[in-house]
Amino acid sequence: MSATITLARIVAALVLALCGVMPYLAPAVGEPFLIGLFARSMIWGIAALSLNLILGYGGMVSFGHAVYLGVASYTIGIFAFHGVTDAWIQWPVALGISAFVAFIFGAISLRTRGVYFIMITLALSQMFYYLARSAEMYGSDDGLTISRRSDLGISWLNLNNRVTLYYVIFVCLLLSLFILWRIVNSRFGMVIRGIKSNETRMEGIGIATYRYKLAAFVIAGTMCGLAGILEANFEKFVSPDTLNWPRSGEMIFMIVLGGMGSLFGPVIGAVVYWLLQDVLSDITEYWQIIFGPLLILIVLFARGGIVGVLNGKRRDA
Amino acid sequence: MNYALFAEQFLNGIQLGMVLFLLAAGLTLIFGIMDLVNLAHGSLYMLGAYYAATFTEMTGSFVLGLVIAVPVMILSGIVLEIVAIRTLYRRDHLDHVLATFGLILFFRELVRIFWGSAGRSIPLPDYLSGAVALPLGIDYPVYRLLIIVLGLAVALGLYLLVQRTRIGMLIRAGASNREMAGALGVNIPLLYTLIFGIGAGLAGFSGMIIAPLTAANIGMGDTVLIQALVVIVIGGIGSIRGAFVSSLLIGLIDTLGRSFLDDLMALFLPVNAAEAAGPALSSMLIYILMAAILFFRPQGLFPPKGAKA
Amino acid sequence: MNKAIWLGAVAALGMAAFPAQNQAMGAEIKIGFVTTLTGGGAVIGNDMRNAVELALEHINKKMGNLDVNVIYADDEVNPQKGKQATEKLVERDNVDIVAGYIWSNVLLASKDVVLDANKILISANAGPSDIAGKQCHKNFFNISWQNDQTPMALGELLNQKNVKSLYLIAPNYAAGQDMVAGVERTFKGKIVGKDMTAWPQQLDWSAELTKVKAANPDGVFTFYPGGAGPAFLTQYDQAGLTGKTPLYSVYTLDALSLPLLQKANNKGALGTFLTQMWAADMDNEPNKKFVADFKKKYGTYPSYYGAQSYDAIMMIKAAVEAVKGNLKDIDGMRKKMEAADFGSVRGPFKMGPNHFPIQNFYANEVVVDKDGTWMNANRQVVLKDHQDSYAKDCKM
Repeated sequence: MSATITLARIVAALVLALCGVMPYLAPAVGEPFLIGLFARSMIWGIAALSLNLILGYGGMVSFGHAVYLGVASYTIGIFAFHGVTDAWIQWPVALGISAFVAFIFGAISLRTRGVYFIMITLALSQMFYYLARSAEMYGSDDGLTISRRSDLGISWLNLNNRVTLYYVIFVCLLLSLFILWRIVNSRFGMVIRGIKSNETRMEGIGIATYRYKLAAFVIAGTMCGLAGILEANFEKFVSPDTLNWPRSGEMIFMIVLGGMGSLFGPVIGAVVYWLLQDVLSDITEYWQIIFGPLLILIVLFARGGIVGVLNGKRRDA
Repeated sequence: MNYALFAEQFLNGIQLGMVLFLLAAGLTLIFGIMDLVNLAHGSLYMLGAYYAATFTEMTGSFVLGLVIAVPVMILSGIVLEIVAIRTLYRRDHLDHVLATFGLILFFRELVRIFWGSAGRSIPLPDYLSGAVALPLGIDYPVYRLLIIVLGLAVALGLYLLVQRTRIGMLIRAGASNREMAGALGVNIPLLYTLIFGIGAGLAGFSGMIIAPLTAANIGMGDTVLIQALVVIVIGGIGSIRGAFVSSLLIGLIDTLGRSFLDDLMALFLPVNAAEAAGPALSSMLIYILMAAILFFRPQGLFPPKGAKA
Repeated sequence: MNKAIWLGAVAALGMAAFPAQNQAMGAEIKIGFVTTLTGGGAVIGNDMRNAVELALEHINKKMGNLDVNVIYADDEVNPQKGKQATEKLVERDNVDIVAGYIWSNVLLASKDVVLDANKILISANAGPSDIAGKQCHKNFFNISWQNDQTPMALGELLNQKNVKSLYLIAPNYAAGQDMVAGVERTFKGKIVGKDMTAWPQQLDWSAELTKVKAANPDGVFTFYPGGAGPAFLTQYDQAGLTGKTPLYSVYTLDALSLPLLQKANNKGALGTFLTQMWAADMDNEPNKKFVADFKKKYGTYPSYYGAQSYDAIMMIKAAVEAVKGNLKDIDGMRKKMEAADFGSVRGPFKMGPNHFPIQNFYANEVVVDKDGTWMNANRQVVLKDHQDSYAKDCKM
């Protein structure tokens, strides 16, 4: 990654800056609603970033990525339900469970290729969706209301303060971006990208591609778990819809909208996606009839997403 | 064990399997030949149900309604192929998934605008709405029996179409080697349009025959789509034979699971726990089966010959 | 598509996100109404919206000296989307009161947004036990029922009808589990079978109905809201159970599903009993006016969802008039709402200490009215002045 200034990077910087000042900007322009919208965008941005590691860089079209977010959210919810709110217990366990689920799912699904891979990731995530729906103790499909947010035990980091929570999310986003940037540009990242362009050749030069793919899968699942932790704390509830397949579809769409395989693309995609939904649903209650074809048009004619268009080149497919 | 009860549940399982087969056959045909992942297949199923409702209302007869609805459905499929699907063939699977996901959203709202959100029920003629006496003292609903017969007839028809006709020959040629078939003068774009039309017709037809049981409603395509995907993945994508076998398998497992799983689990679990776990497990059953099959046979039970790795 | 277009689109989005501030404020009350406007659930949302529109017509869009502005928002039957829609109403539109909510999960996810902003929240349908009990709040009102009450009335009705053995079929989700638990709590006979089916994807009950036939009970209890209800009735009939095993239901055969059944000429629905706290033929002045005008305006009977929504608007009107349009006087409005004397279409009722109604539950029968339309006719009182069982946990 060279340090040249491109249009895409300027826009990415602007989006991040906008995220950074929103708690002060939104009330100033009389739109406090935008704070919530941007907080959600950032949480989804983290989830989309994590998916981008395996999808955009690794070429693995996982159609069940929402499950890692969901199990982490449920972990927070279940802890809170039983009265445990200490973040230093909650968060590591939640991340660990996301990583574990990603490991199991990855171990099974990475044995398959192509469309089988899409389908099996979808099927595995649906299993958890049905499990959550029938968990009577934890609210079945009503989900769990989380009465108390995670307690970080630091007085100036009280998540019940809206602005504090917002900046915790913001910092997590920056952290995720940094981690991803380091991974993608490491030897490990090179291998992952190499697998995408030609897996047989990577095997040919003696690389155990399955292990690399599985490692990437677990990293992505864990990072998505972070988004789940934040979402549980932001929304103060978790429901089976969190795990359902349309959510995974939405994540993929954010990546494609923003730009696959580009570092900032998913974040830009997430912000634009939420704004777009907000604007369209204000125009008409039949907004999905605009949104659906728009999705198709973007897939057909703007394959590099926003980042690709800004850079004036198409997605390297 | 009560044999009559078991036999009746077995029939129920076959009936469910037939509906799944009609849906999965089109899906697997389209995937096997055109290499296209079509998530909007469930939307076509929904559209078929609404067509059947409308034409039944217009003609006053369910049978006549079907006779009109099937060609209209095939035509709709052809139009959809020309307008939206055609451009997707040269794209990768991810693009298929996204674009056809967009189509799902589009069709959902389209149906709501045209038919409203209340759903449409379809009255059956008297001779189809009763029950018929079968051996073992089973009273079985006539209409469910008809679904089984129709499903088998379509399966046979498809077999004959693919194995014995010129179109079938072209289909097989196009599936095994697209470029070669094209070079030999087969009009590939026309063939694809036709196949998509047939696939849409099959999906619509399954929606049409289920509609008198469940009524046409907006969400109906979303859930059944996932089941159909499970069917074709287990069967081996592109294989009609595989789709047939795995449809029956899924239909039976799902139905028998719903019928007997809670009793079975009560044998070794406390009643309360069995009552809670039974429904949960039976709705996860087919996914567990799919994961298990793919673990041992990553290409499904009947991978078609020459399938890509 | 090129750069300029993309930049333009991004700019347009930015501008749309920061719309110019609203026009000068007149003397008006803004009511946010959250319901389902997209997907299959929209059939309920439309009925609620129709009832609200009728209520506005009846009150001339005035509450005291204030003009009424109702802003509808869509929850997409999804708690996250519902919460977001609520935030939009509270934070962007700055509504004075929020009402609506069909689904318990959406209400549970959204309620704090309204209550934390110190605004009054009125549920026109959802009545989860948490909010009736431990999580009750002084600014929250329910104008429908607590989820357990209607099935408890049904269990009592079964006792009165001398049903000795019962088979339960309901969807396996929170409301379905609540309904079954409610019936089990009051029903004194024997439960010979219970099937909780996958929801919402399972619309074919072949396996379960076969089991019912084998069990041969005195009655079957079911609960399938929305489009699933007519489908269940159709299959019940085809399985040859109509006329053999009486069917009892809650929230299944309502003004939304009966037209579908009538169209399909499924006579299995006729003569079956259900319980409800309201019926379209109840004999009181507000209800007669509501039902007659609703039928005139929309051509169908209103559903109980509509009746509750109509009541919600009337209750708000009474409260606003009690404080003479001073919307800052939340205490005053709350006091008027607690009195519950706005003239409900269900007849007089009391508001309990947890702000859930203490009211009668009736047996309703599905009949053909004098114009040939299928509807729920009010029969006897099953539970009189019934209070939900969670009120004692509520400490306001």
